[in-house]
Formats: sequence, C-alpha cells, structure tokens
Amino acid sequence: MDLMENQVWTLAEQWEGKLKPISYELLAWGRNLADKLNAPLVSVVMGNGIPRETLETLVHYGADEVYCVQHPRLSHFTCESYARVLERLIQTRRPTILLGGATTTGRTLLPYLAVKVGTGLTADCTALDIEPGTGNLLQTRPAIGGNIMATIKTPNHRPQMATVRPRSKKPLCPDPTRKGRIETIEAPEEWMDNRVQFLELQALDEDGNSLESADIVVSGGKGLKKAENFSLIRGLAEELGAAIGASREAVERGWISYPHQVGLSGKTISPKLYIAVGISGSIQHLAGIKSSETILAVNSDPGAPIFQVANFGIVGDLFQVIPRIRDRLREYRMRKQQEGTHGCEE
Amino acid sequence: MHIVVPIKQVPDTAKVKLDPETGTMIRSETDAVMNPLDLYAVETAIRLKEQYGGKITVLSMGPSSAHRTLKEALAMGCDEGVLLSDKAFAGADTWATSYALSTAIRESVPYDLIITGERATDGDTGQVGPGIAAWLNIPVATYVARIENFDGTRFTLARLTEEGYERLSVPLPCLLTVVKEIAIPRLPTLKGIKRARASEISIRGKDAFPFRDEYLGLRGSPTRVVKIETPQVSRKGEVLVIKTEEDLEKAAEEFVRFLEERALI
Repeated sequence: MDLMENQVWTLAEQWEGKLKPISYELLAWGRNLADKLNAPLVSVVMGNGIPRETLETLVHYGADEVYCVQHPRLSHFTCESYARVLERLIQTRRPTILLGGATTTGRTLLPYLAVKVGTGLTADCTALDIEPGTGNLLQTRPAIGGNIMATIKTPNHRPQMATVRPRSKKPLCPDPTRKGRIETIEAPEEWMDNRVQFLELQALDEDGNSLESADIVVSGGKGLKKAENFSLIRGLAEELGAAIGASREAVERGWISYPHQVGLSGKTISPKLYIAVGISGSIQHLAGIKSSETILAVNSDPGAPIFQVANFGIVGDLFQVIPRIRDRLREYRMRKQQEGTHGCEE
Repeated sequence: MHIVVPIKQVPDTAKVKLDPETGTMIRSETDAVMNPLDLYAVETAIRLKEQYGGKITVLSMGPSSAHRTLKEALAMGCDEGVLLSDKAFAGADTWATSYALSTAIRESVPYDLIITGERATDGDTGQVGPGIAAWLNIPVATYVARIENFDGTRFTLARLTEEGYERLSVPLPCLLTVVKEIAIPRLPTLKGIKRARASEISIRGKDAFPFRDEYLGLRGSPTRVVKIETPQVSRKGEVLVIKTEEDLEKAAEEFVRFLEERALI
C-alpha cells in the first residue's frame, strides 16, 4: 500500500468526451515530479462514455495509470459532484500530490476540494519541483500582478495541491508504445450532487478562437481610436491564425466584448507570441501578459511602458504599420506555399 | 433575501508606478482600496436587492484600517459592515481565510446568497470564494457574467469559461463569484456617503464566534511561503522608430523576420 500512498495525480479535463490540452501539459509536470519521487503518475478523468482510445492517449503522454470515473452527470463540469468524486478517491487512495489546471474548472474545483479534504492549495503555479530531502512539493507562482514570485510548500497536509497555469509547459512527445493500466470507475449515485443543473454552452462570438489556448494573440487598444478600426486587428489576427485580445480601454469603449479583455480585470494569458497594437501597457495590462514568451508592440508613443517589456517594438502610426505588416506577412506566406515548405515542420 | 458580500482591502494598483529599470512595482506611493474586482460583487448584490428586496452585509477580514473599505461598500448601498480583525487571523492562507469568513457567515447571519469578486488583485488566487462555499456546503458558480433569471429559489445564470458561456441553474443558498462583465459598479451618492459615515462597522475578534483556534491565521494555514523573489523583466528588445517610408518598409520586414526566426509563423 505504500506505493499507492505515494501517487502523483493530475486532473485531466474533457469537453464533450475530448481531452483538453491542459490534460497532457499536466502530465508533463507530473512525470517530472513522479520520477523525482520514484512514484507512479496517475491521470484522473471524470466524464461520461469517454472512449478507451482517448484514455490511452494519457498513457502515451506519460501516465502510468488512468482512473476514469464515469456517470451521466459528470459529462459536464459541476463543482459539487466533481469535488465529491475526488474526495472519495482521495480518501481511499491517498495521493501525495494532486495537480489541476489553472483553468475556470481547476480554479473552481480545487479550492472547493481543498477545503473538503482539509489540505492546502497553491493557485496558478508556473514552476513545480520536489524539495531534496523532504520530498515536499515546491510550488512557485507569480503574485501581485506578476511583480513577485512566491514559492510555497504544504509541509504537513496531503495531498499537496496546486493549479498550474495553462501553457506553462509543453506536453511530452507521445509514445504510442507506452503501456499503462486503465481503470474505469462507475460512480455510484450517492457521489452525485444534483443541486446545480448544467443547461447548455453558448459558444463565444464571431471572434471565436479562445484567448487562453491560442499560440498567438493580437490585441488592440485605445490607439485604434474607434470600433471600426478593430478590423485592422482582426485582419492581422486572421493572417497569423491568432486569437483577438483587447485592452480595458477598448472594451470599456464598447469596441469589443469583455471575453477579449486581457489584464488584471480580464484574462491572464501566456501565448508564444503577444502582439500589442495601440496599447500603452498600463501595469494592469502588463499583469495579464507578462508570462507571454515573446511580446511585440506597435505604438506611436516612444515612452509607452509596453516597450519596457517588448522583445521587439515599432514606434509609429499603427494605421500605416499594421497594413504594411499584413502585406509582408501575406507575401511571406505565398512565397512559402510556392516553395512547398509550409506546414512540414515537425 | 439576505446577501453577504465578502470583500478585501488591497494595495491600489492604479496608483502604482512601474520602475522603468526593473519593470517592477514601486509600492511606496500606494494607498489601500477595496479590491477593484469586489466592486462588481457589491454592485451585483445592490441590483438584486433593488429588484427583490432584502439586506446586504459586507464582510471583510484584515487590519482595523479595512473598516474604510467596508464604509465604501456601505456608501454604494450596502446595509451593514462586519470586520474580522484580530492578531489570531494574521497570516492566513486561502484555506484559513475561507474558514474564518465562512464561520462568521454561518454564525452571525441567516444568509441566502453570497457574492464575491473573481479574485483579489494582490493575492490573485480566486480561491477564497469557492472555499467559503465548501465550508458552508453550498453550491458555487464561478466567473458569473450574467444573471438571466431568478424565480425566488433558483438562478439561471451564465458563467464565462474558456469555451464560452456555460448556462447553469443554481438554487439558493449558493455562492457566486462574478466577473467584470456582470455590471458597471455605481459611484457612491452623497447621501450614501453621509449614511456610511454615520454608520458603525462592527469589529469582531476571535472570541466573537466559535472559531477553532487551530484553524485560524498562520497556524491554521496548510501552506507556507518559503521564498519570495522579484523577477527582473529585462526583456527590453530592439525598438524601431518610424520617420520615413523607408523606415516603415524596414520595420514591416524586420517584423516578419523576427517571427520567422523564432518559428512563430
């Protein structure tokens, strides 16, 4: 039983039976920790009728075991039932670590669960490690708008729980020959909490592409001057296959809807590439983009704070610069297509 | 309907300046204010009260100076302020904070609904709201962007997730955490400010409620901060200034090359 008490668990997330990328990212974090602890890595999935081939991909991405808990009422996330299922599993199987995504699901479920099982939880971690000697989980997270990094431990409570910022680690390369155990658990009726009813999902508006999961985000701000000019942002985003973001000013002027807002009172994102157009870069905005891999900025004010955090900046009139960039990008793409090298990267 | 709104006093990030050398916050000029995201919770509570009647209690935990934040909420239109303030509460993590707040809620007031902001702008965890719901064993709906309907016992509401708006039916009593989209917070009226000034905030210590001492403050917190670092954001890169048509052309080409070199296109 010792082995079982030492398990590292990661929480997979699914939508309509398909696993979300965070499920695999968490396995990359979990694999690293489990190897250091010489412990088994378990991916826990809740849902309904998830096909076996889907569950096997979790093994390919690093899980030693998969626990799949099924019930019709688990097909969509509701906090109370999901928490009760995990509470029961934790009570009987006693993992040492439980990682979830710092997603709208993880950031709801895990704090609820942490109270139910009486353990600590660290939010939105961007680095995780094992402390030599004690084997404790070291959880590092940005706080105060990314201006400090705090490292946190849960020394005396188990499991040690953390939510992990999406896209903070790449999934491992899948190995289709990897073997693991898949255990399907039919959840009994008493594990279900029927108080909250899931009704339906309304997909986001025309600019669809989810900000949180996009590799590239193009954002527009006050410098666009009016709503119609957001078409410049849409055009550039389309050329790059990017999602569309916005500063608070742009949202408050009604140029674009709130789900696009990036920053302290909107979304915190960490794309590979963030392009800020006509955004000066208030501290509130920077808090939401600091962990982007690369930041590009176009602004007419050379003193704009956005240039302090940009890897590459252009000081100029965005109404000239953006169309020109778009033209050059289009030419680049056409050239690549002719060369036939497009899309053959590993 | 009795609505409880837990709020937090935080440093005022709007007044914070960014150090141009290090890119970090200069904290010396900051004032303490109500967590800006809590304003949406207060506004939502006031609108529900205006529509369905009832009473709003705002609740906070913090130093005695936090009574100013509670008065701000009273000036907007809340009815009663309660401040948990005691050395014993100091150093609480989100687990111990949600324990203290939920105990005060359970013991002091018959509540129907609890509304919180999405998270506080200093700690940035968003964990206290769902934590309170768990202690009270009531349902929680987070990231609520719209309340579509209330029939006296259940809300129909929409929460903003990565996929879109998830519509839920949630019964009272429950806890909602709201996002900015839900409502535009009102400014206090002169009458509200006068009323708030005249009202008393009740300050409660650890003996005011049947707290379990071992769950309070730093002692009751399962997590421990072991290290704080200030990251240096010195990513400042090349900046091209456009003055001529040639500059413009060069900037556009550099832009594409920059993306190509990093395999971003």
